[in-house]
Amino acid sequence: MNLDSKAPTGVPIQQAWDIHRRNINVVNPANKRKYTIIVVGTGLAGASASATLAELGYNIEAFSFHDSPRRAHSIAAQGGINAAKNYQNDGDSVWRLFHDTIKGGDFRSRESNVYRLAQVSVDIIDQCVAQGVPFAREYGGLLANRSFGGALVSRTFYARGQTGQQLLLGAYQALAKGISAGKIHVHPRHELLDVIVMDGHAKGIVTRNLVTGAIDAHVADAVVLATGGYGNVFYLSTNAKKSNVTAAFRAYKRGAGFANPCFTQIHPTCIPHTGDYQSKLTLMSESLRNDGRVWVPKKKGDERRPNEIPEGERDYYLERIYPTFGNLVPRDVASRAAKRMCDDGYGVGPTGLGVYLDFKDAIARLGKDVIADRYGNLLEMYQRITDENPYEVPMRIYPAAHYMMGGLWVDYNLMTTIPGLYSIGECNFSDHGANRLGASALMQGLADGYFVLPYTIGDYLAEQKPGSADPNHPAVADAIRTVKTRIEKLLAVGGKRSAAHFHRELGKVLWEKIGMARDREGLEEALTRIPEIRAAFWSDLAVPGTGQDLNLELEKAGRVADFLELAELLARDALTREESCGAHFRLEHQTADHEAKRDDENFSHSAVWEFKGEDSEPERHREPLTFEYVHPSQRSYK
Amino acid sequence: MNVTLKVWRQKGPKAPGHFEAYTIEANPEMSFLEALDVINEGLVEKGEEPIAFEHDCREGICGSCGAVVDGRAQGPTERTALCQVHLRTFHEGQKITVEPFRAAAFPIIKDLVVDRSSLDRIIESGGYISVRAGSAPDANNLPIGKAEADYAFDVAACIGCGACVAACPNASAMLFTAAKVTHLGLVPQGQPERDHRVLQMVNTMDDQGFGYCTNHGECSAVCPKGIPQSAIAWLNRDYRRAALRGDDS
Repeated sequence: MNLDSKAPTGVPIQQAWDIHRRNINVVNPANKRKYTIIVVGTGLAGASASATLAELGYNIEAFSFHDSPRRAHSIAAQGGINAAKNYQNDGDSVWRLFHDTIKGGDFRSRESNVYRLAQVSVDIIDQCVAQGVPFAREYGGLLANRSFGGALVSRTFYARGQTGQQLLLGAYQALAKGISAGKIHVHPRHELLDVIVMDGHAKGIVTRNLVTGAIDAHVADAVVLATGGYGNVFYLSTNAKKSNVTAAFRAYKRGAGFANPCFTQIHPTCIPHTGDYQSKLTLMSESLRNDGRVWVPKKKGDERRPNEIPEGERDYYLERIYPTFGNLVPRDVASRAAKRMCDDGYGVGPTGLGVYLDFKDAIARLGKDVIADRYGNLLEMYQRITDENPYEVPMRIYPAAHYMMGGLWVDYNLMTTIPGLYSIGECNFSDHGANRLGASALMQGLADGYFVLPYTIGDYLAEQKPGSADPNHPAVADAIRTVKTRIEKLLAVGGKRSAAHFHRELGKVLWEKIGMARDREGLEEALTRIPEIRAAFWSDLAVPGTGQDLNLELEKAGRVADFLELAELLARDALTREESCGAHFRLEHQTADHEAKRDDENFSHSAVWEFKGEDSEPERHREPLTFEYVHPSQRSYK
Repeated sequence: MNVTLKVWRQKGPKAPGHFEAYTIEANPEMSFLEALDVINEGLVEKGEEPIAFEHDCREGICGSCGAVVDGRAQGPTERTALCQVHLRTFHEGQKITVEPFRAAAFPIIKDLVVDRSSLDRIIESGGYISVRAGSAPDANNLPIGKAEADYAFDVAACIGCGACVAACPNASAMLFTAAKVTHLGLVPQGQPERDHRVLQMVNTMDDQGFGYCTNHGECSAVCPKGIPQSAIAWLNRDYRRAALRGDDS
């Protein structure tokens, strides 16, 4: 497997992106209209890429399994988007954002990519404001900012608690413009079920029309996957119900390397789990930690109501353990601290799996109106779900699976190991290392879509004859056959259990054995349990109906089948990474005060998995990581 | 608690539909969609086709879900999408009627699933500001007063669920269209295309088979994001102004 990152070497990192853009191929403006690009997914990355590529002149075939491109899960992002604008005059810079992101990722990401991300972050805000995105403003009319975890500056731009929605609608509207100009053709309610690889190059996809059941092949000059993350492998996560790994996993099976699947972010502030019927967990934005204080009672098993516990009997444990960053430590650190408090018996709420997030002091300091202005819609949502008033009673929160740093391996051009196949946004593995900082997912999705892929894809296309992909190539028929066989297999099991049943079982194993803390014993157990659940799935699955119309159970079953395979890869990756870094916490590898203990000598690399066939174990490759600019150190937020 | 859901079942766009009743033992903390999940899991295990309904984020922001519950689009809780309605809102033994959004411009696909792509057509006809990536000026070059920015956000918060259409006696998409026209017409970036935008979007709304607005106000009453009626007033004013000036773009 060729893991050449193609990142410029031997040049100062500040100039690397400029030099790279000068050196790569460019498609003549008059020739761009001869190329067709397939973009799968219409979230922040996919919609922004489609819109920008169409502006450049390319023809875009955009696919989404939703009824409308605007439904993509980016819409649910709450807190904000980072950019090194330094509008607050608090000492921010491209360098500082780069440094924070590398450190926040616990030194497991590629320096060149992260530097570029920090550079283009400033252009994203300009672009979004020009589109009319209603970011929060100060009374003077200038843009407002807030702070997020892992940073000592205020660089997060936001639109109340609906930043993802507003940014996505901006990108969706740009996409709509491309549609009206005839440059973008959108295929809603179409799900990718395979990638077509012709003579080593990705030249198309196979989709299922979710309304008619039709299986069709689409060929193009290049394929872009912007299909999001695989957090739903945990069953209960903050992800939307339909978010899945199928596109990325199908690409993996066709030869794309899958990098660092075990880097899975557990978000510290979600509404705790209440019962078995529960279908998802709801995130409460990290931005709440700007003004909310996290605490547990000092006494184990204290059953008093929170407001009855006097100040002196509360343990503001994040402020106590991490005085420098306090409540704004990065997510992995905050999640593990909450888990440790609960494991030690200090947890609150009916299950004991919860900690308080308290706005009492902020309301006393700033007044209720200011807090409502900053977080109103989040606090309302909390009240709707829990029936408790967070202005009066501290919120209860607990960690939940949220964002996947792992994903398809890509080079500096965002191309996977299959030539012509690109991966952008959460779908790829690139910029967040072993832990993503808050408000950086929106930044990365839009950076990839508006400002990186539109340039780098030209490097590949310039060497391809436009329209040369042959719809009669045997690979097309082969991919269609593979898809049809799999659908028939799912419909033919004829068992008694729903796909959700197996998905829940899988989620339990993952949460317990591959969640916030992992060890060899647990991972080996998971590697036994997962194939058992998979075998049960293929012998007792029930999918009523046919494949010829809208069949939501069939869709679900296909996605769960892929999660059942991905889960094993995830466990294997976690087992072979014999260190702790960022969100990957191996109990065997921790410092005396329970912090992650990296092993840079043996694991300063991205692990990239290559599919070797259904009956063979995947092969682990490495892309070594070198740090010229930010010297790896034990992360400290104390 | 025990509740009975009388749900509209319809196999396909042209098939006749009917109500079917399902009684379940539910937890009051469940969301409305989780109650449908429970019914569906039971149906699947019996080998019957589950109730088709749209859903995704289950946080009230993606706009996928929606049904008419006891005659009210998006259910009984104010300013709340159906996924955020909880069973504690209903009482023990309640019989609850669940129907799809009904409008000429929203043909039924199956059970509670309707085709709302007509809303996308409205946005495609002008609901955007044309700006090429790379050509934007510095974001702080364009100060916008906090009051305007806040109001622009209030109307931009539309989730595109279509409840406004389902609730309107005329099945008009006026509130949906007005929300976007107001958002983009209010900010300085949106001025160059303002007249063209409002004329095109209103024309498309008519072409897609939505009805006219006769100011019933049912739309704002059911809107999960509380988009105000003042947006419609804004659209009407903007439309007249643009019509008088003529669309020369």
